[in-house]
Amino acid sequence: MTNILEVQNLAKNYGDFQAVKGVSFNIEEGEIFSLLGPNGAGKTTTISMLSTLYTPTSGEAVIGGHSVTKDPMAVRGVIGVVPQDLALYEDLTARENLIFWGQMYNLSGKSLNMRVDEVLEQIGLTDKAKNRVKTFSGGMKRRVNIGVGLLHKPRLLFMDEPTVGIDPQSRRAILDTVKDLNKQGMTLLYTTHYMEEAEELSNRVGIIDHGELIALGTQKELTQQVGQAETLILHIGENDDSEALAKSLKGIQGVQQAEAVDHEVSIVCAEAEDVLAAVVTKANERGIKIRSIDIREPNLEAVFLHLTGRALRD
Amino acid sequence: MLKTFLIGIKDLRLAFRDRAALILMLAAPFVLTLGLGLVTGRFSGSNNSGLSDIPVIIVNLDNDQLGDALADVFTSVELADLMEPAIGSDPEAARQLIDEDEAAAVVIIPEGFTQSIIPQQSAVAAELVKIEVYANPSRPTGAGIVKAIVDEFLSRVEEGRVSGSVSILQLVLSGRITPAQAQVAGAAMTERLQTNTTDSALAITINSSTADGEEVKFDILAYLAPGMALMFLMYTVSYGGRSILAEKTQGTLPRLLVSPTSSTQILGGKIFGIFLTGSAQMLILIGASSLFFQLKWGDPMGVIILVLAAVFGATGWGMFVTAVARTPAQVANVGMSIMLIFGILGGSFVSLDQMPPAIQAFSKITPNAWALDGFTTLALGGTLTNLSAPITALLSMGMILFLVSVLLFGKKNLVQK
Repeated sequence: MTNILEVQNLAKNYGDFQAVKGVSFNIEEGEIFSLLGPNGAGKTTTISMLSTLYTPTSGEAVIGGHSVTKDPMAVRGVIGVVPQDLALYEDLTARENLIFWGQMYNLSGKSLNMRVDEVLEQIGLTDKAKNRVKTFSGGMKRRVNIGVGLLHKPRLLFMDEPTVGIDPQSRRAILDTVKDLNKQGMTLLYTTHYMEEAEELSNRVGIIDHGELIALGTQKELTQQVGQAETLILHIGENDDSEALAKSLKGIQGVQQAEAVDHEVSIVCAEAEDVLAAVVTKANERGIKIRSIDIREPNLEAVFLHLTGRALRD
Repeated sequence: MLKTFLIGIKDLRLAFRDRAALILMLAAPFVLTLGLGLVTGRFSGSNNSGLSDIPVIIVNLDNDQLGDALADVFTSVELADLMEPAIGSDPEAARQLIDEDEAAAVVIIPEGFTQSIIPQQSAVAAELVKIEVYANPSRPTGAGIVKAIVDEFLSRVEEGRVSGSVSILQLVLSGRITPAQAQVAGAAMTERLQTNTTDSALAITINSSTADGEEVKFDILAYLAPGMALMFLMYTVSYGGRSILAEKTQGTLPRLLVSPTSSTQILGGKIFGIFLTGSAQMLILIGASSLFFQLKWGDPMGVIILVLAAVFGATGWGMFVTAVARTPAQVANVGMSIMLIFGILGGSFVSLDQMPPAIQAFSKITPNAWALDGFTTLALGGTLTNLSAPITALLSMGMILFLVSVLLFGKKNLVQK
């Protein structure tokens, strides 16, 4: 497989603040690569540099054989971008939006009209094509937002957290669209802070935190980094002190990590069965009522917790 | 170039789909023009132009038939309300008064003017001498009216002189009169010519200089309608400028910047969009006032060129405000203030002639003042050739403001939210 994207020590500083600290990775043609990290990790800044919107402070990226710093116009012809926030003209109809953006990607005439029809079909808005975008639901707007990025059939599509703030049904539709696009041969760089999305979609995942790429590989490769560890999730009452419980659980033999997130406590351990009784006892001693317990196989959440000492949603 | 055009068309479409913008762009100036027309009696037939007592100095060095006739026009009863004439004898002293802003214009009728038009029998054909109208640039409307009256007078004189000469020549050639009788016929025609040029209707009914010779009256709406349209044009250009920052906020500008479209094409398209929207607004208002108020704006070519120049100058201001402001809300607030200030300074409410000299001089920074000057000239029968000053000023204003704005935009990060 050839690399469609090669990133070398890419960095972006804003004054003294280092938003991205020299990340390096490649994306092979035909794969879905996810950048997974919490809000503010540097995902959007990385995509903004790769899409030629921001100039890197240092480092280089080559997309489809073109340098993002030396030949940005050529790069823009190769990539498609679906930004995190909606970037549409709400007073134009869905069709008018797609026509306009298609023209900006050098499409015209019959081929433009045909392509707009195809994309409308693909995003399931053919019957709403003549409605103004401002009359659409959030999910429908998201679909048009994605449709704009598909118009010129880019070889590499950047999708920056496309499911933020939408209903589960629309989220499901978007994830299915991503998989369909990949089946059709499109390469995707997908950023998210939802571990489940990265797990469902990606061939490979890069975990980014505080501007650094702290792990990179397939899901299997990443979970192996935390050994055979399992994760216990304790769901406790709203008025109970999850922070204090997490602290007390760290002293239990066999517990590798314990972190509180809202009304949950995540416990990473080699074998859940070995620590379960001690965990319940500790909770009882503190007068904390456990509502339910989940036992999860090693996953990206556990990897992130293992690498950073924090939960992904912190 | 094509993308610049497409971005401009997109912005035009968006502007005309914004109901709030449409109210301020089209409905407000139309209704205000209607209201001011009612207040000034335009629709009740009282024909109160709002212009009165224009100070003018007449220096008649000719002291012959036609010179006296022209002086009589300015001192006639019919123009008593419109003009406030003063008689002078020293051209230099009169020019000095204009420089000191004591009057709107001085009309200097040179010695031998009548002789140059109607040579006496014994005289050899005299060299043509010209009447000078020394205009006060800070009182463009008043000076324009004086100039229009003089132009009309000269137009009638020339018309009479040519038709008289041709008629007498034809009579002599056809043998109907003898060369000796031609002198008598010439004298009779001179008398008629003099009568013609002192026609009382002259000053308030000015011949259009268009080929069809249609007569137009000075109409107060010809001052009010462009005044209102120009004031709300400033709203439109600030609305357009605001859209640049709004596109940044709503993410469409960054999206454009990651498409294969250069930043020059994008900025050019945004400017073109403002220009298109402003031009469309002005032309719709002109069309509507022509249709509903029977307002005659004057030479169509002159009107179109002046509209384009005025929108160009105003667009420069819109870009400048956008380049200085940080948020769309700031552009909206500053734009609304500029609309009102320029409206007042530019003469949209009160004729500049009635303002203090300092305000009149300061008004020249506004596209409103220059464009209103041009529209008044056209309404008084002027043509494109009479618009060189306002058009040059408006184009220069636009160019300077564009250059400053581009420099400011260069220092501004339009990419990051």
